[in-house]
Amino acid sequence: MAAISHRAGGDPAARFESRAATREAPWVKWTLIGVSLAFFALFLLMPLAAVFVEALRKGWETYIAAIVLPDTLSAIKLTLIAAGIAVPLNLVFGVAAAWAIAKFEFRGKHFLTALIDLPFSVSPVIAGLVYVLMFGAHGWFGPWLYEHDIKIIFAVPGIVLATVFVTFPFVARELIPLMQAQGRDEEEAAVVLGANGWRTLWHVTLPNIRWGLIYGVILCNARAMGEFGAVSVVSGHIRGETNTLPLHVEILYNEYQFAGAFAVASLLALLALVTLGIKTWVEYRAARTGQDDASS
Amino acid sequence: MKRAALFRTLFRTLFAGLATAALSAAALADSSLLNVSYDPTRELYQEFNAEFAKHWKASTGETVTIKASHGGSGKQARAVIDGLEADVVTLALAYDIDEIAEQSKPPKLAADWQKRFANNSAPYTSTIVFLVRKGNPKNIKDWDDLVRPGIEVITPNPKTSGGARWNYLAAWAYGLKKFGNDEARAKAFVGDIFKHVPVLDSGARGSTNTFVQRGIGDVLLAWENEAFLSINELGPDKFEIVAPSLSILAEPPVAVVDAVAKKHGTEKLAKAYLDYLYSPAGQKIAAKNYYRPRHPEQADPKDVARFVKINLITIDDVFGGWQKTQKLHFSDGGVFDQIYAPSAK
Repeated sequence: MAAISHRAGGDPAARFESRAATREAPWVKWTLIGVSLAFFALFLLMPLAAVFVEALRKGWETYIAAIVLPDTLSAIKLTLIAAGIAVPLNLVFGVAAAWAIAKFEFRGKHFLTALIDLPFSVSPVIAGLVYVLMFGAHGWFGPWLYEHDIKIIFAVPGIVLATVFVTFPFVARELIPLMQAQGRDEEEAAVVLGANGWRTLWHVTLPNIRWGLIYGVILCNARAMGEFGAVSVVSGHIRGETNTLPLHVEILYNEYQFAGAFAVASLLALLALVTLGIKTWVEYRAARTGQDDASS
Repeated sequence: MKRAALFRTLFRTLFAGLATAALSAAALADSSLLNVSYDPTRELYQEFNAEFAKHWKASTGETVTIKASHGGSGKQARAVIDGLEADVVTLALAYDIDEIAEQSKPPKLAADWQKRFANNSAPYTSTIVFLVRKGNPKNIKDWDDLVRPGIEVITPNPKTSGGARWNYLAAWAYGLKKFGNDEARAKAFVGDIFKHVPVLDSGARGSTNTFVQRGIGDVLLAWENEAFLSINELGPDKFEIVAPSLSILAEPPVAVVDAVAKKHGTEKLAKAYLDYLYSPAGQKIAAKNYYRPRHPEQADPKDVARFVKINLITIDDVFGGWQKTQKLHFSDGGVFDQIYAPSAK
């Protein structure tokens, strides 16, 4: 955001500083900056550093050994599976929902918008319990599932379901304001020129929202891999089978394997850093394409 | 246009990823057994499972994978009732297995499950002891010391933790003995102890972490095995165990979950697994992991020597069994709810 305004209207900060009427005393400026930086270092930077310091406390060998344990590898695999299913599903349904809400008027639109926000407003633990109530042995579908030997809760499908639920709003929430701001003029023009719906979607709508979409997918993925509460309820905590990375961190910590716990935690922290890197890159690209479009 | 192409490749990669993920989810191992257990048995079963797999391979030629799940005893029982497919359960107290028998429909195991194995189906026992900071700076020797002004006591919540229920009952039994079986005075005594508890965690391992890692409290009421383990893992220079004059004999029972074992075809394997806990090898591993073996003569004498002789009462003698105790003390509105009111603090 800062980058955009920087290019758009000269340097507002410099303009602000150059006039006596709007200039602050230096001590005010430096105190504010100092307090902010100290806060940032204390609450964000130090915990992040602590994860890596603790993980490597006993050296690289212990670190690698903790990561290549079969239970850890299976946790990594399960986390990737859950995210690998949840993210594409939310991508498709998020785009569909945002498209419907932003481009059309229909009855119950507000209800649909509220429904999409539901996973943000309920506690993840409730999200997990809801699935236990539906698919648990004494839930609505429990007896039928048991007869047909289909396992949902305390197995991989339950974990995927819980992950899909908690990550549902990310893509749609990111796209709805963007699509609303863009309006539907371009789509209408495409239709008038003879393009069918599918072609309009691929050649007009999607290219317009691509950066917002990628941003939504990144956030969705980060949450899918990091989700703890809902997954913990439906997991059953079977080692090497239904433990995701965040659950595995808790288990290792509870077993006094601190180096191992922090090693696995550092994987999740690395994921966060990579996510942050891609996010910055996407924002930078989005700002640049915005500029290209404006100048052309 | 170049960007549109990039975008399409991105989509394609995502969907290819999805397909591979779905395929790899299908592959799972066959001859396996799921043991759903409570918090402090992690280390015990890690060692025992490996030993049993070796024994089973040697005697039958079959390769078996034992899978384990740990958590608060009550929570684990709930998960089994809700459909966690445990072939065997090894929980903190009989009441939690009773719950599985009672609440699962159709019943997952028979009501008389506790008669299936020897010694009330408890192959090892434990008790409740005090863990204090090195040198015992607050000079805590017995239950009376817990209610001295300024003493902070750490225990998990008896509503969710099996270990905490044993803590509570041990304190109650001491109160009864001290006040000549006067129930009202025993109740006041236990209530007084809970006024000294600054934080109630939901499970035994959570409380241990509160006391040991976060450094809160002067004394931890803990499973004897949990107390030994903390000393062993976190340094004998930091903590020491105090044995009170009277405590309770805790019998963590084991059972085959019949309905699940039948469905998986693991009945024989499950029974052999639990039987092996009573064997010399099983008893030896139990003692090594700080559980009191039923047959001390089969365990390593060095391990057995670590257990201090404590005057132990049983739940059947003093409280008339788990069903009665649970209803009277730990049900909603029961005695524990009457004496523990967090808002009153």
